Amino acid sequence: MLVFNIVLVLMIIGAIIAMEIKDLLSSVIALGAVGMGLSLQFLLLKAPDLAITQLVVEILVLVILIRATIGRNIEKEYPKNKFRYLISGLIFLILFLWFGIKALNDLPKFGSALMNMGSRYIAEAKDKTSAVNVVSAIILDFRGYDTLGEVTILFASVLGVLSVLRMTKVKKRIDK
Amino acid sequence: MKPKGMSLIVKRITRITVSLIFLYGVYILLHGHLSPGGGFAGGVIIALSFIHLVLAFGREQAGKLINEKVNSIIESLAGILFLSIAIIGLYGGYFFKNVFPKGKPFDLFSSGGIILSNIAIFFKVGAGLFAIFLTMAGLGTLTKNELGDKQ
Repeated sequence: MLVFNIVLVLMIIGAIIAMEIKDLLSSVIALGAVGMGLSLQFLLLKAPDLAITQLVVEILVLVILIRATIGRNIEKEYPKNKFRYLISGLIFLILFLWFGIKALNDLPKFGSALMNMGSRYIAEAKDKTSAVNVVSAIILDFRGYDTLGEVTILFASVLGVLSVLRMTKVKKRIDK
Repeated sequence: MKPKGMSLIVKRITRITVSLIFLYGVYILLHGHLSPGGGFAGGVIIALSFIHLVLAFGREQAGKLINEKVNSIIESLAGILFLSIAIIGLYGGYFFKNVFPKGKPFDLFSSGGIILSNIAIFFKVGAGLFAIFLTMAGLGTLTKNELGDKQ
């Protein structure tokens, strides 16, 4: 668990750097470090499927973000009334910490599930679907509906990105 | 005229590595029911291999291989394929029933509908994420051209 905690602290430091640094490219790279740390965390929690997906998606997002931020510099605006921002930030920090501690205390212990459906899936997956990877058997056979929803979300997000970005492109061409 | 894309070194190395990345994506896809991986991760790796091509050779060169129209057709067909696999399940009883022949565990071609759904998701994710990248990259070049005009 020591490695887990060290990576966790590094991820928090990376996230703070990504928020506070002025240069946009450095911020994107710090964000990438956070994502790599998350992939490592999944691997330490024995979820290699998620680790592979997180690693690959992180690389893709990094490439897209770097491609989109190259040659741009967005100036950060600093608030005039610093005191009010400090007070509201502190209130939100305390609220989130309180809710977080409450929620984490109510979670069932790590490894002991709340419902006994999971143990049935693990016991029957190989005989019923003849897929050896239990994660694949669950997401594509027992819980096919979830995957259908996932695919629909992906389709909708691609549609949204295409429509929004195409619109600005066409508008700029018309303005010229 | 300045050649499109990156330098000669990057282009030569891309020629070698892009096929390896492509093969790795197909491996992750086909072993989705045997080892960690599956359609989603494989699809993202395939999208990355095409992004690799676009970054190295420029958009026009890579556009000869796959353009936005082909991309959108592949994505829509993959979505329909996934839905039709689910609807074929109705034939055996209910939506998403695994009615295909299952085969022996630990075989490459086993587990019936799972590998078919993996293939559908693979094409859907690959084409969808590549389409997002193409739009973002187009936006990037557009702003660069505009910056050049202003200077």
